[in-house]
Amino acid sequence: MKLNIGCITEAGLSKKNRTGYWRYFFPIVDKEKCNGCGICELFCPDSCIQIKDKKCVVNGYYCKGCGICARECPRAALTMQPGGEEAE
Amino acid sequence: MRNALIKKKEVMQGSIAVAEAVKSARPGVIAAYPITPQTYIIEHLATLIANGELKSRYVRADSEFSAASIVYGSVAAGERSYTASSSQGLLLMTEVIFNMAGTRLPVVITGVNRSISPPINIQNDHQDTMVLRDSGIIQLYVENIQEAVDTHIQIFKIAEDKEVLLPAMVCMDGFVISHTYEPVTIWKDEAVQEFLPPFSPVYKTDPQNPLTYGSLTDDDKVTEFKYMTNEALVKSKKKIIAVAREFQEIFGNHYGDLLQEYRTEDAEIILVAMGTVISTIKVAVDALRKNGKKVGVIKVRSYRPFPDEELRTALSKCRLAVVVDKSYSCSSGGILGSEIKACLYNQRGPSIINYIAGIGGREIFPETIKDMVVKSEKLAESGKIPDGSVFFDLNKQLLNNQLL
Amino acid sequence: MEGKDRKNNFAPGHNACPGCGAAIGVRQIMRAAGENIIVVSPTGCLETFSSPYGGSAWEVPWVHPLFENAPAVATGIKAALKHQGNEETRVLVIGGDGATYDIGMGSLSGMLEREDEILYICYDNEGYMNTGIQRSSATPYGAKTSTTPIGVCSFGESCRKKDLLEIARAHHIKYAASGTIAYPQDLMKKVKKGLATKGPAFIHLLTPCSLGWGIEPEATIEFSKLAVETALFPLVEYENGELVNIFIPKKIKPVDEYLKKQKRYTHLFSKENAGVLAEIQEMADANSRKYGFRQ
Repeated sequence: MKLNIGCITEAGLSKKNRTGYWRYFFPIVDKEKCNGCGICELFCPDSCIQIKDKKCVVNGYYCKGCGICARECPRAALTMQPGGEEAE
Repeated sequence: MRNALIKKKEVMQGSIAVAEAVKSARPGVIAAYPITPQTYIIEHLATLIANGELKSRYVRADSEFSAASIVYGSVAAGERSYTASSSQGLLLMTEVIFNMAGTRLPVVITGVNRSISPPINIQNDHQDTMVLRDSGIIQLYVENIQEAVDTHIQIFKIAEDKEVLLPAMVCMDGFVISHTYEPVTIWKDEAVQEFLPPFSPVYKTDPQNPLTYGSLTDDDKVTEFKYMTNEALVKSKKKIIAVAREFQEIFGNHYGDLLQEYRTEDAEIILVAMGTVISTIKVAVDALRKNGKKVGVIKVRSYRPFPDEELRTALSKCRLAVVVDKSYSCSSGGILGSEIKACLYNQRGPSIINYIAGIGGREIFPETIKDMVVKSEKLAESGKIPDGSVFFDLNKQLLNNQLL
Repeated sequence: MEGKDRKNNFAPGHNACPGCGAAIGVRQIMRAAGENIIVVSPTGCLETFSSPYGGSAWEVPWVHPLFENAPAVATGIKAALKHQGNEETRVLVIGGDGATYDIGMGSLSGMLEREDEILYICYDNEGYMNTGIQRSSATPYGAKTSTTPIGVCSFGESCRKKDLLEIARAHHIKYAASGTIAYPQDLMKKVKKGLATKGPAFIHLLTPCSLGWGIEPEATIEFSKLAVETALFPLVEYENGELVNIFIPKKIKPVDEYLKKQKRYTHLFSKENAGVLAEIQEMADANSRKYGFRQ
């Protein structure tokens, strides 16, 4: 690791951290119900959600499994299920 | 002195002269909070800005803590920056000064030395700046107004050097320098600007190149970061010497590299001190020399970085060193004295006697110094060198009247 | 799956607890704030979870100086930018309630008094959560924390929470607003307005903390909403000293609905603390009267 003077560090290096290791539950998206409204994306603390082709896609590399997206989805399109290790 | 470089030469008050020197260094941002005896410096800078003579931004801070924090921010954003304080104000800045050093931000600060409360007292000693000694800040102590002026010009160049990048402080005795009048030379702005190029930071807060300052750091790297800061301070010795000599070459004035020796060539007894008391000691040394005593004096100009090697060499030939401290660490003793003892331990050096004197503005006269020398000689001859430091000018009669 | 989440300027992989309200708040703020910005954050949860050396989540310049001086450091940065003739780059402070209500109050007051264009956002999780849920002067009346424990002589926090927005407004600033993460569009609009203000601006942002409040991580947004719906945390907006916007909830819910599901308040639902509960209801009622909510 490079030591910059003054303990000043480069931007955005947190992206290497696989915080997905933290989780017990993972949100599974019901693509029929999801209309891509994006509210889950705005409520996600970990920037795991992207709206692609008007559907919600969850990034398992970062998702800590907090469950906010599932709780807040107005169409109940997300459900928390154990694991989700495969979703990366 | 180089006449072509002189802007004016007149009798000036120390604070005004220092403000003129800071002006010639053209800091982009100045932030300050008033405290006696620092006030005349910042008032004059505010006036220069109000008159359009200095194009800087002056921020009126809500405390010394904020004043230091504002210049922390402005240096981080890439501007040469300046503040000044004294006494309690410097203590309030302490946490920020550690942060400046660790983040390697070369803020320049004038420490106008004043005693620490209680008892509240506005007069001079060195306690306020000496408590900053562990922070990583550079500290140069000055003897007179001209030296204060010239050192301010030098210290920006030292602090901002890419191999240094540390906060730096000119320590000047309150009232003795800040409020007295002496003939002073102020250098032409162009001459100073040629000597002191604009600040070019290694890092700055730039949205085009985003960086994170003040990272949370674990024990796997903390020692290394602190070591890097420590090394930068140690290595700044070279820069301090080089800048002093370059200044001498251009402007003609030199106040020593890290130390300045006076009549030490054949001295058997050497007094060591910092700040304006050096002038008093020089007068006493001249008088003692007339009486045949082989006495000299060493002025510690650079207290941080600490001139350990230089002191070992300079004190190697005398038989007795008398260190005069205007600050102390409670129950441990004079701070300069303790550090000089530590750096000469295990060396074939002189006996060392450490006196604490001049606290809270108590005058140190040439007679006080002569008395110190005579008493020290007697102690040395009778083999009774005190282990600890001695409060030299203590009024024992007054002390006997203390009430519980 | 890695890639620069440029839309946020605040990258994933940070160490915030699952469901962290502050992290949600910062994402929403940074989306509105854009890229030409310098952010200063005092010590606190946000600093700890976002800034490890070699693992920073920040993709804009970000400075963590000390606990109590972020507003002054922001002032210095702004002064430098002005000296450089840079009027475009914005300066934003995002600080927790400890840094804002308590230790940095003097520094904040200095910043709000001066005329610099700096937006200060206090993310308020109502306590020193990072150090183990100690009480701050933002901790609400009756709440249990590790330094306001429950006992025969204590019902939890015994002082009323300061009215931070009114303190900020007393500096005659041109923009002051409150927001919470359950209403992201409202918050982002307010952030944009705050950053466009010609002078200091202030936003009080409520960010629930699952650990400190004793709620499930997935309930962060729900409690953010309940705080508004019970009138305990009205969403308001002041421009040039005038109240220009109030979010009026359709129906004001009793405070019990907000309090009873938070572990920090469970002790209030005992007979001996009925009076405390009534006092909290009265605080909400006072807000309703002040802002004209139908009760």
